[in-house]
Amino acid sequence: MNPAKNEKPRKVFGSICQEAEARRNAFKEAPVPKIHIGMATCGIASGALETKKAFIEVLAERNIDARIHSVGCIGHCYAEPVVIIDNPGFPPIFYHQVTPGKAKMLVKSYLEKGDPLFEHVLGAMEENDLIPPVSDFPRFNLEKRVVMEKCGLIDPEDIYDYIAEGGYSALVKALELPPEEIVTEVKNSGLRGRGGAGFPTGKKWEFALEAGKQDKIVICNADEGDPGAYMDRTILESNPHQVIEGMAICAYAVGARKAFFYVRAEYPLAVKIVSKAIQQAKEIGLLGKGILGTQFDLEIEVFQGSGAFVCGEETALIQSIEGKRGMPQYRPPYPVQKGFMEQPTVINNVKTFASIPPILGNGAVWYRGIGTENSPGTAIFSVVGDVVHAGLVEIPMGVTLRTLIFDICGGVPNKREFKAVQIGGPSGGCLPPDFLDTPIDFDSLTGAGAMMGSGGMVVMDEDTCMVDVARYFLDFTQKESCGKCTFCRIGTRHLLNTLERLTKGEGREEDLEQLRVIGEDIKDGSLCGLGKTAPNPVITSLMYFRGEYEAHIREKRCPAGMCRPLTAYYIDLDRCARGCDACVGCCPVEAIFTTKNRKKGVDQSLCVKCGECMVACPTEYNAVIKVSPPDLAPVIERPVDD
Amino acid sequence: MVKLLVDNIEVEVDEGKNLLQACLDNDIYIPNLCYIDGINRVSASCRLCFVDIEGVDQPVTSCTVRVEEGMVVKTDTPPVRRLQRTALQLLLSVHVVDCGHCPANKKCELQRIARFLKIGLKPKRLEQFLKEPGIDTDHPFLDYYPNRCVLCGRCVHVCRNSRERSFLAFARRGFDTIISFYGENEAPDLSCGDCFACVEICPVGALVPKEKEVP
Repeated sequence: MNPAKNEKPRKVFGSICQEAEARRNAFKEAPVPKIHIGMATCGIASGALETKKAFIEVLAERNIDARIHSVGCIGHCYAEPVVIIDNPGFPPIFYHQVTPGKAKMLVKSYLEKGDPLFEHVLGAMEENDLIPPVSDFPRFNLEKRVVMEKCGLIDPEDIYDYIAEGGYSALVKALELPPEEIVTEVKNSGLRGRGGAGFPTGKKWEFALEAGKQDKIVICNADEGDPGAYMDRTILESNPHQVIEGMAICAYAVGARKAFFYVRAEYPLAVKIVSKAIQQAKEIGLLGKGILGTQFDLEIEVFQGSGAFVCGEETALIQSIEGKRGMPQYRPPYPVQKGFMEQPTVINNVKTFASIPPILGNGAVWYRGIGTENSPGTAIFSVVGDVVHAGLVEIPMGVTLRTLIFDICGGVPNKREFKAVQIGGPSGGCLPPDFLDTPIDFDSLTGAGAMMGSGGMVVMDEDTCMVDVARYFLDFTQKESCGKCTFCRIGTRHLLNTLERLTKGEGREEDLEQLRVIGEDIKDGSLCGLGKTAPNPVITSLMYFRGEYEAHIREKRCPAGMCRPLTAYYIDLDRCARGCDACVGCCPVEAIFTTKNRKKGVDQSLCVKCGECMVACPTEYNAVIKVSPPDLAPVIERPVDD
Repeated sequence: MVKLLVDNIEVEVDEGKNLLQACLDNDIYIPNLCYIDGINRVSASCRLCFVDIEGVDQPVTSCTVRVEEGMVVKTDTPPVRRLQRTALQLLLSVHVVDCGHCPANKKCELQRIARFLKIGLKPKRLEQFLKEPGIDTDHPFLDYYPNRCVLCGRCVHVCRNSRERSFLAFARRGFDTIISFYGENEAPDLSCGDCFACVEICPVGALVPKEKEVP
């Protein structure tokens, strides 16, 4: 033990803890039901505001005393709006898809009459004799929550809620230690940056520490922009203090007194919650001047990024805070050498900072016990697309893709076949079923041609066209390229143009080689990470789904039937029911006509291939058939009007 | 002074010097468009000045490397040429090749680099994409031709250096990126005078003084 240990922070923090405990106990021990409602952006989008309003109304109407506790997101998007009801005498129960109507029913049946309405229960939050606990389900028990441990359980807008759960005790611990020891602890934990590149966090901090006494800057990169990724948003909206605590520990360890929170402006709720959290931390002396009675000062400023994907790249992000156009700079010098205003700057992702308090609290050895040798800890993915239990999943590194997609997330819905998984956002790769047994860690994913990225994961079923997916991602990167360097600015435009031609059936045999060659050159020649990874969706899909590309070019056929110019709808006259007009009514362009014997035909010259007729055709007939290439559709003559 | 070996020729230059500049000073030409001597932080955006350095896996841009004692550099390996040719072809694929009517004809850097890399000015490998409109006449003294511009950013830099703020800036993003005269309302008030530093430094004739302004 360090003899010069600073006891002061612990003493000052003690009184804050007492306050938190007192508030927590008053809430917990009140003999009334507590209703926890998930109120992050995802919950609100699914109707949590209406649900909350319904609870308030019906509680008032029935004159029932209950506490409504707004919490963040627990990560189970498929079940939103999520409500946990803690009714005295019962275990806390997790309810899914709680609409306003369900909310009213729950109050009337459960809170008034003691019937928990089993048909709406997902599970109990703890072991009991009445209801199976959620921990019996793989969606819960295969997860390992380190970063998201408190997400969805505490009120993000109440700092005492976080403190009562043990929050800020890691900062207290840190303030008692010399900075070098903190950096060593983080290094020993093996934590790698969760922004995507996987650079060892401890090493980065060490560089900053070694830069000496000059002013330093800490930046939290919350400019999450990958399509389909929302891990950072959820963490900020559900438990902002864990990130702030991590930033404060970092600032203390590297010797910074100024920090920025770079949150994208498209996350208004996150901006609001983070700003409030910083304010609250300041009010009780956890930020600002002389933190917890020490000499350590820290100001955290929220900076709103205004809509450029490339600003998630660290050098562009710094340019953006400096008030310049967000264009990446050549590295080295790295930000940790010369960053914001030429000062050494530590930039870490939200998840990286949020991993720091648990690491410091439980020790590096504990953290190393989770995950794999070279990628310790947990990974958070937003698993979206064609999966049953979509949402945020935190798993120990090393779990296979198969376990994540099929066991935890319930596999592909509607009896469809799994086709591919896109990992790492627009810079990642598409992996086919052969790669399902790949363990999820930085090195294995890179080896397979995808990348960890920041944690976006899109699962695709057999109805997905891989050429179209590549086109979608290239369209994204092309629009989000900053335009600075030749390869990214012009090269991605050529890739996109070629892919667009392929999806229209105008592909040429030499296109495949051209895509590969230009893709490789963009990879090798680009200035920043965005350009270097932009061709990945093309290169990997070309590698693993070459047959699909060839079908588009040689047969003008889209195997998944997704590329509209390569498909056609026709009506099977043997199945079509005489006199049924369902398809006629729904066709937006009047392409469907009635034949002489009162069956239906599609006028291919008018059809826009929206597929509405296929949806409208009653299932007992299923007469609308989609084919690719379009010339497979038999021609049915439109009768000449009399 | 440090000694390095460039294409098997021994070169002696000041320690810490920019590798691209060191080569150019010693009459070893490496294609480049965006590089400006003496700049604090190079742009490294044109992606042409690649070289191979012994001990480094992939070609690197020479403008971002500082010379070191004993460095062994090759400027014409196949991987280097491959990247340079692709970069130039990409630039030419968005360039109006109408040299006869271009003021930069015969002193154009693109012509020089194409000759050096032995590729035609109208590459057949890639389709051509042009921007609309092909000319921006908003500036009181200058016309800007986006389909000649290589977006090297030298004009932006030189303008910023010759006054407290740059009258030129990058605008838009991705493929649509252009040089813009910020903002359009201010354009008539621009006090460029007879500076034309941007016109002089432009490697390709994308910025041209308006006819009436030329004495």
